[in-house]
This record gives sequence, C-alpha cells and structure tokens, in this order.
Amino acid sequence: MMERGFVDGRDAMSAGIETPVKPAGEAGHWGADIRSDVHVRIEPCERGGIDIELESRVKPYYGESIRRQSEEVLEALGVKHARVAIHDEGALPFVIAARIEAAARRAGLGEGTRVLPDRFPLPEPSARDRMRRSRLYVPGSEPKYFINAGLHGADAIILDLEDSVHLNEKDAARLLVRNALRAVDFLACERMVRINQLPLGLEDLEEIVPESPDLILIPKVESASQVIEASQKIAEIKANYGITRAIWLMPILESALGIEKAYEIATAAREIAALTIGLEDYTADLGVAKTAGGAESLFARQRMVNAAHGAGVQAIDSVFGDVGDVEALRVWALNSRAMGFEGMGCVHPVQIAVIHQAFAPTQAEIEKAQKIVAAYHEAERKGLGVVSLGSKMIDAPVVQRALKLMARAQAMGLVH
Amino acid sequence: MAILEKTELVRNAAGRMVPEMANGRPQIPYLGVGKYKPGGNKAAPPIRTAADYPESGDKRVADLETALRKCGLRDGMVISSHHHLRDGDRVALMALEAAERIGVKDLMWFPSASFPSQKGAIELMSSGVIEHIEGSMNGPLGDYCTQGKMRGMGVLRSHGGRWQAIQDGEVHIDIAVIAAPTADFFGNCDGSHGKSACGSLGFALADSIYADHVIAVTDNLVPFPCIPWQIQGNNVDYVVTVDSIGDPARIVSGTTQITRSPDRLRIAELVALFLRDAGIMRNGFSFQAGAGGIALAFVSYLKRMMKDAGVKARFVRGGSTKYLVELLEEGLTDYILDGQTFDLSGVQSMANNPRHAATSPFTSYNYHGKGNFASLVDAVVLGATEVDENFNANVVTHSDGRLLHGIGGWQNCLAAGCTILAVPSFRDRIPVIVDQVTTLCGPGELIDVVVTERGIAINPRRQDLMDAVKGSKLPIRPLQEIKSEVERICGGKPQQLKRGDRPVAVVKWVDGTVLDSVWQVV
Repeated sequence: MMERGFVDGRDAMSAGIETPVKPAGEAGHWGADIRSDVHVRIEPCERGGIDIELESRVKPYYGESIRRQSEEVLEALGVKHARVAIHDEGALPFVIAARIEAAARRAGLGEGTRVLPDRFPLPEPSARDRMRRSRLYVPGSEPKYFINAGLHGADAIILDLEDSVHLNEKDAARLLVRNALRAVDFLACERMVRINQLPLGLEDLEEIVPESPDLILIPKVESASQVIEASQKIAEIKANYGITRAIWLMPILESALGIEKAYEIATAAREIAALTIGLEDYTADLGVAKTAGGAESLFARQRMVNAAHGAGVQAIDSVFGDVGDVEALRVWALNSRAMGFEGMGCVHPVQIAVIHQAFAPTQAEIEKAQKIVAAYHEAERKGLGVVSLGSKMIDAPVVQRALKLMARAQAMGLVH
Repeated sequence: MAILEKTELVRNAAGRMVPEMANGRPQIPYLGVGKYKPGGNKAAPPIRTAADYPESGDKRVADLETALRKCGLRDGMVISSHHHLRDGDRVALMALEAAERIGVKDLMWFPSASFPSQKGAIELMSSGVIEHIEGSMNGPLGDYCTQGKMRGMGVLRSHGGRWQAIQDGEVHIDIAVIAAPTADFFGNCDGSHGKSACGSLGFALADSIYADHVIAVTDNLVPFPCIPWQIQGNNVDYVVTVDSIGDPARIVSGTTQITRSPDRLRIAELVALFLRDAGIMRNGFSFQAGAGGIALAFVSYLKRMMKDAGVKARFVRGGSTKYLVELLEEGLTDYILDGQTFDLSGVQSMANNPRHAATSPFTSYNYHGKGNFASLVDAVVLGATEVDENFNANVVTHSDGRLLHGIGGWQNCLAAGCTILAVPSFRDRIPVIVDQVTTLCGPGELIDVVVTERGIAINPRRQDLMDAVKGSKLPIRPLQEIKSEVERICGGKPQQLKRGDRPVAVVKWVDGTVLDSVWQVV
C-alpha cells in the first residue's frame, strides 16, 4: 500500500492522472485532546485506485486492522479511486466505519449505500410501561462516551442528535449513532435516540429506525400532527425493514404552546409511552429565568403530569443541569416524584444514583403498600368484594396504587 | 563502556530473560517471592571525626561547585539526588551541571526518581558527563534509554528497593546532594517548612546515612537548630545556600483533582464498594492510595462509606493529599503515615499535626529489614499499564515498550493485605488486560484484585476474598471474561510488536534480584 501523502510534491495537478473530480469530504476529529475519534478526508479521483495515508496513536497495535477495515468500507461504498487521509485517535471500529462513510458522503460518494458494522445481539424489546427513572444523555457526536454509557446503571441511554450536536455535524452524528445502536452493548439500558425537530428528524429516522432503537424522543412538539408524522414515518421504515418489535415514542414539550396541547399530543399515537418536558427551552419561551426551585415552570410541569396521566402514559421530568450540586438535584428529584413524575434526565452518570434513590418508594410507603396488598389477597382468598385494613375500607384505586408501588419496589430491588 | 558489554541472558523464576551482568556488576536473577536470602553485613560509610569539621558547626561553602570539589568529585563517581520537589526540582540538574563545569566524565546519576523537567540530563549523557542513570526514567529520558542511546544499563528500583540497594552495598553513593526546603548551617534539614516546602525528606534519608559525602542545598537557611531535623546534620559534610531550590508551582502537583471522567469515577466507586463489601473497611483498618485521579475519587467514596458505617481507620498511608488530610481532621483516621506529600494541604498538615507523620522508605518499604509496614496495610489501591490473565502487572512501560513511569512504591505496596489494581479495561483502543505484560513489575501472586469499569476480577488464589463478597451486588467477573469482552470491543487483539533483542534497563524486584528486562525499542 502506498503511503504517499495527498498533498505531496507530485500531487494532482502535476501528475495529471489523479486529478480530483469532486471536492474532498471530511468527517470526524483529531488532535491531542481528542480521544476515541478519527478524522477522515476523502478526495475522489478518476483513477489510481485507493491510496490510504494513515496516522494513528494506536498504529503499532491496530494499524493493519484500520487499513483493512478502511479498504473494506470504501469498497462497500463503491469508492474505487480516492486519496484517503486518516488521522486516528484510538477510535473503535464502529466509529471508524461511520467517519469513513460520512466523509465519503460529504465527498458525494457512496450514495444510497449503508455500511453497517456487525450487529451485537439486540436486547429484549422494552415494555411500554418499563421503569424510566433515569435517562442518560450522550452527545451523538462524541463517540468516546458511547462505549461505556451502559455501565453506569441508568434505566435508559439517550443517544442525542439534537441540541448537543452542531448543525454541521447532524449528518455525521446520525451515522455514528446508527453504528452505535448496532455495535455497542448498552447492557440493561433502554436504547433511546433523540432525533432532531421535524422535518430534519425525519432524515434521522431513515438511519436510526432500521437499527431498532427502543424509544425515540421527538423534540419541541407543539401539535399532535408532528407526532403523527413521525409515527407514520417510523411505521413505513419498520415495514420496509420487516421490523416488528416496538419502537416507543416520547414527545418533548418545550414551549407554552406544547404545554397547552399536552393531552392532544399524549394521545396522538398508540406508540407514545411517555411525555417529557424540556425546561431550558420552555423557560426561554416564557422569557423567564430557570431557577433552582422551579416556580416558573410549576404550572407547566403539573399540566404535563396531568395530561400524561390522563392519557395513560408516563410523565417524565426534565434534566437537572448543575452536575456539581448533588444535593439540589436530590431536592428537585424528590419534588418531581411527589408531583407525579416517574423519572428525569441525567447529563452526567453521577446523577443516576441520586435520582434512583429519590424516585424509590420509601420504606414507610412500601410497608403500607405491603399491608394493603396483603389485605387485598386476603379478601380475594375469602371471596370478599370489599378490601379492608383493620376497621378501614380500602378503595379499589388505593389497591391498584399499592400493587403498582410494590411492582416498582420489586423492580428496583427494594423488596423480594 | 557498558554498551559494548556482552552480557549473557538467563531465564529467571518468572520466565523472563534477564542479563547476568549490569553495569559491570553480576546480577541475581529473580528467584520467586521471598526466595532470595541475603547474607553478610550492611554497607557503611567511612568513619569521620569531629576534628575535621568546624567546631562552630558552620559547614557552609560558597557554592555547589566548591562543595563538589571539596567532596573530591572525580570521573565515574555516583551522584544521588531526590524527587521531593518533583517536577519543580532545580537542585539535581544544578549539581550535575556543576560537575560538568568541573570537567568530570562518566558519572552515574542515582535519582530517587527523575522528572520531565530534568530532560537536560540527556545533553549531559550525550556529552559524556553522565554515563548512565539508575532510577526511574520517563518522558524524554525514558525515550533516550529505550532507544538504546544511554551508554550504561538503566536500573529501575522501587523506593524500598533503592534503600535496599544502598544499604546492601549494591549502589555506593559517592556524593549525595539533598535539596532542603529548610536547613541550618550544620546541615540539619527539614522539608515541611520554607518557601519550597515539600513535606517529607524521606527519600534522602538512606543517602544521608550511607553516602561517603553529603551536601545539603537550601533556599531557607535558619539559625541552628533546624527543627524537625528530618535529615541530621551529623551526616552532612557541606551546606550550600542558593536563591531557589525549586519552582513552587511544580513542587506540589496541580493535578491532585478528583477525576470527572465517568468511567474513572465508576472504577473508584467500585474499589470503595469492594473494600466495604469484602469487610476490609472496618474499625481500625488501614489503606493506602496515591494521588492519581482514580485514587483521589476512591478516597472520597470510601470516606462517605466510612461515615455511613461509623467506621474509623487506624492509619492511612500517604502520598498525602487534602483528601487524606480531611480524613485525619474529621477523625476518620488516627494517623497519616506519609511517604511523600502531594499538595499544600498535605505539607501544612505535616508541619502542624503531630498525627501526620513523615516516614522513610526504611520504615515503610525496605525488604531487607526486620519487616516493613507495607505488609501491615490492609488494602492498597494502585495503577498499572498492563495486567495479564495471571494478574502479573506492568507499571513502567507502555505496551510499545517505552518507559512511561517509575516503579515508585508500587512494588513495595504489593505486600499489603489486599492489593487492588484500579485500571480502565482499555486506553485509546489498547486493551490493558493482555496475553503477556510487556515488562513484569509485579508477580501475579501478590496482586489480589483488578478493578475495571467493566467489572471486578478477583485473583483465584484469594478464595477468601471471593467468599467475602459472595452475595454482594458487586460485578465480580473472571479476568479472562473482561479481557475477551474488551478484545471484542477493540476489534480483536492488538498486533504483536517487534522488540529489540538488547536489554537497555533492568527492573529489580524488592530484594535486589532482576525481575525483568526493558528492551531496546526498534
């Protein structure tokens, strides 16, 4: 394999035979501060075959592997003649593949071809009402955070294509997230993706849905029609790929209008499993400051909780942005649970344990529920129509709540 | 010169090929843990008489060059220095450059550790002033050595091994140059006061006792007596005052911050949980952790667990940092036994708190003594560059064979009741759990637990630890399983690297035998 640089003395113009036919495409990042990413530059040529120049901090260990993989990906993309410069900072194979594909597409190559890494076995499909106490946001353009994201014990991982990804990086992040869904083991975490606001989000769905994420978050929803549009697109792609497992939806309400339409949105599609709220955008929409106490969003949060419960879907709270202040997070999360939320978002793994603790039923609640459930079983055994605890009669909804609390406590490992 | 020395290689008890000779001195190949029995008597410096030293007690001379001349510096001598001032040290190079001005050649520089700011030693090696270095080498000095440019063979020792080598006469120090943050004209030295305060001066203690000549260099001369006298003036020949012995900004490390990396935090938390759930964290226990990001985070997790459980330690072993000082001040430990001091809180605590004690490698680490207290520590948390399936570990070289770290107290700490390596399972796609370590620094039989972000592996030799954590929620997994998982993630095993066939340095075991060779990088 030739190691000639793509801008050495005998380059395109003078050699004459390798005249670039299209502008070069680049993707990814490199530099001393970059970890687990790779920068790829592909310069299409008319002839001369594939010429790869490789620099890598892991070259002595994986240089041959990177070169082999690059050739395979380029071949699959149908790239026959190009000069390719790769600056690798220890990227894993699924990242390398995504970056090469992104660079090729940006160079106008490989149209309509998707080069997919080996698929890690898909986890069991997730249930509509599964526990969603914590969801950890992972920026979709930062591959270094992908591989260990599942280790921290969050109920869900959100691979984010929206706010954490720069507008110029949307196309590349989409491929990274797609490959991560295939190649990364997220362990017991529900695999969520936050797509972009429609219509850009529809392009995200084209890449993401074939890899069977468990749930898709739709940002900045203000009407039922937006949810329906996404839902129809997902159904269409699922049909094309023969996917039958569920892909749940979680619309994010981030504006005054979205909050006003909460119930309409929550009931817009059968796949909706939860509603959530984005407080940064919501407070911006109102033109007020977001405070630690959250008084400015109290109505919005209550309204959303009510709409979600009315629609029979989960109510999930926003993220808590101050990673350093664990105590304030604890207070917020306890308050969230008291308001009727079932979980919230995390921007750093240190928040997960605090949130799980806050959303866990207390010992007193568990004991009370245990008594009610026992009385309920007792009444059932005796064939009584009325459940009573001591001299008190217990209403059916109270029994239902106790059963639900016990199921949650069991899922959290608090009771056996 | 040593580079021309044809040395035979022999296979030692760990199966590693090691040279029979190093720098003209016959070597004993590693025989196994506790197998080598030394004989004879300790080395000793010449007897001196007070008649030859000023009755006034004033041993000051004009400058370092004068002091070196008065010590009789000549070609081929051994000059020692110490790393109490870490990357801020100015004294070691000052002494070596003074030697250059005097015009001597072929010195052996014997630092307790070298730092990147001392890369000036490379020029002194190129110009022939220094023949070789025995002591940790990393950064540019490490590259110089592993590229085979050093004339003699590098000898890497642990802190305890350095004391052992001096005491046993393996290394005879002609002139020890001690950087003293505070000293009096008689040569009493203290590290815990002065503008360049660094805490303990423990690494210089052996040199002060066994060297033929001792020079104290200070930037804070106080009237006699300098109290406490960590180094006794009765062992010191000359005192030199200079404007500055070091750059204070780099004496106490600026990097003693708790990591924010989620993966490293997870490793730290798992280590603390392991100590708790295995029952090692109990009233009266002891532990040691260094100053790396994982170690500091570990201390803060453990602190919370100790508080929750109402548990108090008898002592903790430093490298002290503000996190250990907090344990002491909040009554969560009775003592800090400090080997070196990593930040200002540590320096101040040692100066002011009698329960924060300075120690030396003699008390803490020396294997050729009547015991040492490394083996009294219940648990130690260490790093490593590589570990193999049999728990053998490397701490000095990167997997490309380049020298990366010194051994420090690492080997000595393996004597603890529970030795834990806290390591990421891979770095930059390069697996940390390997088929065979590039350089063997710690025999697997002494390494009990490997904690990675992907799970905790317990050495099968420690069935007691396996039993202790049975029924806990800890992610206990076989090391092989973590290894295979990481190899899958990384896209297969890394390529085998070609290495040179010439040893450029040896790694000593704590008893002075040769545990492994560092090979020339090709």
